Order: sequence, then structure tokens, then C-alpha cells
Amino acid sequence: MSPSRGRRLGAFVFLSPGLTYLVVLLLVPLVLVLSYTLFQRGRFGGVVYEVTGENFSRLLDPLYLGVVGTSLKLAGLTTLIALLLGYPTAYLIAQLPRKWKTVALVAVVLPFWTNFIIRVYAWIILLNGPGLLNSGLKALGLGPYELLYNQGAIVLGLLYSYLPLMVLPLYAAIERLDPQLREASANLGASGFTTFRKVTLPMTVPGVLTGCLFVFVPSFGNFVIPEMLGGGKSIMVGNLIRTEFLRARDWPFGSTLALALVAVLVVLLIAQSWAARRG
Amino acid sequence: MGRSKWLHVPFWATYVFLYVPIIVLVVMSFNSGKSAYTYEGFSLKWYGELAQDERIRDGLVNTLIVAVGSTALATVLGTLLAVGLVRHTRSKTLDAFALMPAVLPDLVLAIGLLVFYGMIQLTLGLYSVILAHAVFSMAFVAAVVRTRLTNADTSLEEASRDLGAGPVVTFMKVTLPQLAPGIIAGALLAFTLSLDEFVIAFFTIGNTEQTLPIVIYSMIRFGVTPKINALAAILLLVSFTAVIAGQRITKIGESRATD
Repeated sequence: MSPSRGRRLGAFVFLSPGLTYLVVLLLVPLVLVLSYTLFQRGRFGGVVYEVTGENFSRLLDPLYLGVVGTSLKLAGLTTLIALLLGYPTAYLIAQLPRKWKTVALVAVVLPFWTNFIIRVYAWIILLNGPGLLNSGLKALGLGPYELLYNQGAIVLGLLYSYLPLMVLPLYAAIERLDPQLREASANLGASGFTTFRKVTLPMTVPGVLTGCLFVFVPSFGNFVIPEMLGGGKSIMVGNLIRTEFLRARDWPFGSTLALALVAVLVVLLIAQSWAARRG
Repeated sequence: MGRSKWLHVPFWATYVFLYVPIIVLVVMSFNSGKSAYTYEGFSLKWYGELAQDERIRDGLVNTLIVAVGSTALATVLGTLLAVGLVRHTRSKTLDAFALMPAVLPDLVLAIGLLVFYGMIQLTLGLYSVILAHAVFSMAFVAAVVRTRLTNADTSLEEASRDLGAGPVVTFMKVTLPQLAPGIIAGALLAFTLSLDEFVIAFFTIGNTEQTLPIVIYSMIRFGVTPKINALAAILLLVSFTAVIAGQRITKIGESRATD
């Protein structure tokens, strides 16, 4: 057997099982979803294979555009708060002595490795009518307030679920910084804030962008948190998709919503890599 | 450090925010009363009720079946894929394709598979979830094994070939043992991800079976009881132990590797 034939055989043996699997169970399903955006729903669910642009014009209905807008707003707000909490946290972790650094990092990641549904459930316990927060407020002579089943509760749940995904890339970016740069800036007379603004922050922009993406992506497409903490109304795109697929049985329109979701994320990814290259 | 004192506020806020809900959940699991919110006194009775709940037990068994099945599938396919991608091709497209399931929103993969299973008229059940979980798990296994592979020393494989061993023997006796820590780490990651996975399982499991996250989800929809708190406390304990044990194991592995 010639070496080049051996190489090709090797490539085939190693690559074909995994790639075949991905083609059948990832590529084909995605192409199916994509093609469904062009078809009509059947009267009793299912799909009628007649091409139509109806799904896309329905997407432009203010009702659905509003849901996309709300999703952008809630995911964006979550990302912003995560950044404001996560940056100082990552910054301080990076300054800790080696031993404590590991402890602090594991402590950030630990909740992330527990069951997702349980983590969301914890907030039902805290925010509910007779829950802990309302009891605390009552002791102060306030409330009770309806803390659950609103957009604030959704942001809280999203933040709780994905904050670790902001801290980790930020920590990696800050840790990589050369401390001498900051010393040089301080020696040249810059204040702590100026050093942060002119040295630390610009050099950690790629980490900031990665962290924001890590939080925004799962927040934007979420349906579990808005359903559990937002009261089951169709608030975010994820809820709509879930309803179209499992309740309304309008798979073509559900597919169109999913395409819109992916399109927003792809635009963000492109923007991120563009910003990272410039930064 | 004096100037950055104000940074301590968000720092501690992060940890308080991350841990208060967990602590409240655990405390409430020992509640003797019927409410999941108001503490009335210490009791272990909800743990006893939990042990007798058949639905939870079935859910746990199903979750383990799915996790073991998808991990086995993902580990074999992901390891082969990683070797193929590092050693046998330079295609960036294939690289991106292999990692795609790890970055694709879970909801999109979930509806894609639901549509696909519907098209080929597959009866939904545990095996359809196993196949589904292996899709994203494989990407994670491949990513972990890859890092190990790019750092691996190829001279051992060359030596094996020079001494007359065939490609199969070389792969089994030299490459695989070298990759073992990466494969184990990847498999553990796949297993944990599958245990916790909700969205894809929810869409692809059908109406006859339930995994544990789905059981918990539907229990919560019917109302919260301290029983769910007790289950939550146990799951928290299990995953905390697993993460800390995993941390220890990788530390030992690293110190051995550098020796």
C-alpha cells in the first residue's frame, strides 16, 4: 500500500463515522428546518409542501417583532448586568494568591454544574408570594410584592444561570495581562481609573466580547426560564418556538422563528469577530 | 490594593447572588411543614418521601440510561473524529462543522431532531434522546481530545511504526493510551452534560418516558413541595462532589504529566 493511499484510508477510518453521524443527525435536520420555512402548515398539524412566503410576512407582524424585541432587550439587559458584576469579580480573582484563585474560580463554576431546572426552581422559592424575599420585606413593614412572573424575574433567572460564563473568559483575559503594563502606567502618573480605562480595559476587550456572547446566546434563545419565572406567557422567541412546535403544531412558522433566532446570533458572531480583530 | 476597595462590592455580590438561592433550597428541604417557602421546623421526612416516589426513581434510571448510552456513543465517535481532524485533514470547514453542535442553540438542535425523527417516523423514546445527546456530546469529546492530541508527542507513534507495528496496533497500543486522560475527561464532560440536559430531551423523548430533569420540571408545574427541595439538595450534593473530585483528579493528572 502506498503511503498516500494509507493516509487516505486513515482519514476515511477516523473521519467517516463521526462526520456521517453529524450529517445525518445535525445537517439533515437543520436543512429540513430551513426548508420548512418555505412551506405551509397542514390543517391538522404536519406540513403541506406548497411553497409560500407567508411565514416570513407573518414574522414581520408587530406582535412577533415585539417578541423578538423583548428577547433582545431581556438578553441584552442580562448580558450588561453580568458584565458589570462579572468584570470586577474576575479582576479581583486574578489578583488573589494562587491557592485562593482556584477556590474562587471553582466557587464561581460550581453552581453552573448543578441541574439547570433546580437552579431556576430556587428562584421560584425565593421570589414567590410567601417566599423568603417577601418575608424579609414584611419584616421591614413592606410588601408583599408580586416578585415572580414578570420580566425582572426572567432577567434574574437568566443572570443566575449564565453569570459563570461571563466570569470565566474575563478572568482568562485579565490573567493574561502583563502586570508590568499597569505598573508602567501608574509610574507615569496615571490614576487607577485612567490605567483601567486606557490599559486594562482595551487589552481585555476580546475577553469581554467572548463573555458577552456566552451570556447573550443562551439567554436570547431560552424558553425554560421565561416559562418558569415569567409565568408561561409567550414572552421570548424561545417560548414562541416551543409553542409552535409542541402546542400549535405549526412547524413551518416555528421553523421560521428558529431561523430568525439563528440569524440574530450569526449577525452577533460576525460582529464579535470583527470587533475582536479591530480591538 | 486600597484604591480598588470598591471592587469588593460587586465581587462579594456575585458570590452572595450565586449561593443564597442554593442555601435557601437546602435549608427548606429540612422543613417539617408542607410549604416549600416557610420554615416550620427540622425534619427529614421529605427525604423519606423522596425515596418512595416511583416517578422520580424511574426518571433517575432513565437519565442514567440516556447518559451512559450517549456518553459511550459520543466518546467513541468523538475520539475518532478528533484523531481524524488533527492527523488526517487540514480542512477548516470540517473543523468548524465538528464543533458546530457545541455552539448551536439547544432549542434549534431540539426542533431539528424533532422534525427529522418525525420525517423518518421514528417512535420517540429513550433511544431517540440517546442519539440526540450524542450529537452535542461528541463535539465536546472531540474538542477535549483534540487539545490533548495537539500537545501529544508523535515520536512514540513513529517509533512504533519503525519497529514494524502496523497502524492498528500502533493506534491501540500507543496513541490511545497517550490520549486516555483526554478521553476520560471528555467522557466525564459528556456524561455530566447529558445528566443535566433538559431542552433537547424535552423535545425528543415523546410521551411515554421522562428523564429526571423533565420529571422535576413537570412536578414544579403542578406546584412546589419540600420534596422537590429534598431532591434538589441531593442533586446539589452529588454535582458538588463530582466537580470537586474532578478538580482533584485533573490536578493529580497534571502534576503527573509534568513530572
